[in-house]
Amino acid sequence: MNKREIKAFLGVNFLRLFIIITLIFLIIFLYVIFSKGGKVLSWSFITESPRKFMTEGGIYPAIVGTFWLTVLSIGSALPLGVFTAIFITSYAKPFWLVRMVRVAINTLAGVPSIIYGLFGLTVFVRMFHFDVSILSGALTLGVLALPVIINASEEALRSVPKDFIEASLALGATERQTILKVILPTALPSILTGTIISIGRVAGETAPILFTAATFYTRKLPTSIMDEVMVLPYHIYALMTEGCHADKQVPIAYGTAVVLLILVLLISTVAIIIRYRIRKKRKW
Amino acid sequence: MNKFKESSFKIITYTASLFTIIILFGIIGSLFYGGIPIFNIVSIKEFLFNPAWHPTSDPPDFGILSLIIGSFLVTLGALIISIPLGLGSAIYISEIASARMREILKPIIELLAGIPSIVYGLFGVAFLSPFLIKIFNIPNGLNLFSASIILGIMVIPIISSMSEDALSTVPKNLREASLALGANKWETIIKIVLPAARSGVLTSIILGFGRAVGETMVVLMIAGGAAQIPKGIFQPVRPMPASVAAEMGETVVGSSHFHALFGIAIVLFVITFISILITEFVVGRKMK
Repeated sequence: MNKREIKAFLGVNFLRLFIIITLIFLIIFLYVIFSKGGKVLSWSFITESPRKFMTEGGIYPAIVGTFWLTVLSIGSALPLGVFTAIFITSYAKPFWLVRMVRVAINTLAGVPSIIYGLFGLTVFVRMFHFDVSILSGALTLGVLALPVIINASEEALRSVPKDFIEASLALGATERQTILKVILPTALPSILTGTIISIGRVAGETAPILFTAATFYTRKLPTSIMDEVMVLPYHIYALMTEGCHADKQVPIAYGTAVVLLILVLLISTVAIIIRYRIRKKRKW
Repeated sequence: MNKFKESSFKIITYTASLFTIIILFGIIGSLFYGGIPIFNIVSIKEFLFNPAWHPTSDPPDFGILSLIIGSFLVTLGALIISIPLGLGSAIYISEIASARMREILKPIIELLAGIPSIVYGLFGVAFLSPFLIKIFNIPNGLNLFSASIILGIMVIPIISSMSEDALSTVPKNLREASLALGANKWETIIKIVLPAARSGVLTSIILGFGRAVGETMVVLMIAGGAAQIPKGIFQPVRPMPASVAAEMGETVVGSSHFHALFGIAIVLFVITFISILITEFVVGRKMK
C-alpha cells in the first residue's frame, strides 16, 4: 500500500468508528433505561395513582396530564400553523410580510425551551390570569410546536404539483376553492406526518411546563383545564430531585422514562411509517 | 357572496400569519418586561462581567459571568463530542454505507433525535454519574464533563441528519469526476464532497450549538449547579438555563432576583438569536 491508500484506509475506518461509537452510545442508553425501567413496569403502574409521596403506586395521573396537554397544544397550534403555511405558499403577498413571517418562524424554531416557559409564565399565567393550569401549559407548548407544524405544512403544500392547481383554476374554481378542495386534501397526509412529529416533541418537553402547568404531587385527576397537572417528563424530574427516598424513587423514575420513551418512539415510528407509505403511493 | 367568502378566507390566513409575528414580539416583550428592571439595580456591565452570583444573600450579587462561562464550556464540550461523531456518521451514511445500510441507519439517527431531554437527564444522574465516580475516582459525578457528554450525545442527531441532507444534495457528477481523475474515495470525500456541502454542514453545527446552549433539563440535572468558574473538567458548573429553571420556582414574583433571572433569559435569547442570524445571512448567502 502506498501513502495515499493508507490514508484512505485510515480515513474511511475512522468514519466507521465514529458511527459505531454513536450506535454504542445509543444501545447502552436504551439498554440502561429499558432494563431498569422494565422491572417496575406493570399494569397497575400505568393505571394507579402514586401513593406515600410518590414512593409507591403508579403514574396514571401523569399519563392523563400528558395526554391533555398534548391534545390541547396540538389542537391550538395545528389550525394556526396550517393557515400560516397556506398564506406563505398560496397568497405570499405582500412580500415584506412573508419575509417577516419567515424570520419569525426561524427565530421561534431556535428559541430555547426555557424561554418559552418564561413567555408562558408572563403572558398566560400572569397577564391572562390562567394561573398554573393545563390551559397555560397547553398554550405554551402550542407556541413551541407552531414552527415545527408550519415548516412541515409548508413543505407539504409546496409538494403539491403545479398542474393540480392550474387544472383547478382553469376549471373555474376560485383561489379559496382550489386551496380547500385540491391543495389541502393532497397535502394532508404529509401535514399529518409533520404534526405527529411535533406531538412527540411536545409530549417530551419539560422546561416550558415547569412554571406553567406542572405540579409535583397530586392524587386526583384534573377536572377542568384550569387545574394544574402531573405530567410524565416533569414526574421524572420531580422523582430525581425532590423527596428523600431515592432508593424507591429512582426505579419509579426509570419506569416513567420507559413509558415516556415508548410513547414518543411509538409516535415517531408511526410518523416515519406513514411518510414511507405516502412516498410509495404517490403517483406524481 | 362568493367574493365575501374569498376575502374572508384570505383574511383568516393573514391573521394566522400575523400571530407568529405577534408571538415572537410577545416573547421578546415578556423577556424585556421581566428583565429590564434588574438594570436599575446593577449596570449591564456588572451584570455581564461580575462572576459573583449570590441572588439571595444580603446584599445580593447579580453577576452572571460564571453562568455564561458555564454555558459556553458545557456547549464547547458537547460540540467537541458531537461534531466528529455527528459529522462522521453523516459522511459514513451518505458516502460509504450501502443503500440498505443507509435505510437502516437513517431512521435510527432520526429516532435518536426524538428522545426527550428529560430521559437523557435521568440517564446522566442515575447511570453516568455513578459510573464516572467509579472509573475516575472523583467525589462528584455531576459536573462539566458529564453534562458535556450527555449534551454531546443529544446534539449528534441534529448535526448528523442536517449534514447528511447537505452531503446528499452534492451532485453525483462531482464525485464521479473526482474518481475518474484518479482520486480515491477518501480524497473525494475530503477534497470534493465536504467543501461542496460546507454551508449545510456549518448550518448543522450552528444549530447544534443553539440547541446545546439552550438545553435546560440536562444541564439542570447533570451540570452540578455550582455558580463558579470551574478549574477543571470534573468541577460542577451552573449554565444559564439551569439557573433560570432552578431558581424561578423559588423566587418571589417581582423581586430583583426574579428580574435578574429574566435578565439571564435575555442574554440567552440574544446568543441564540445571533446564531440564527448567522445561519440566515452568512451561511445562507454563501450557498448562492
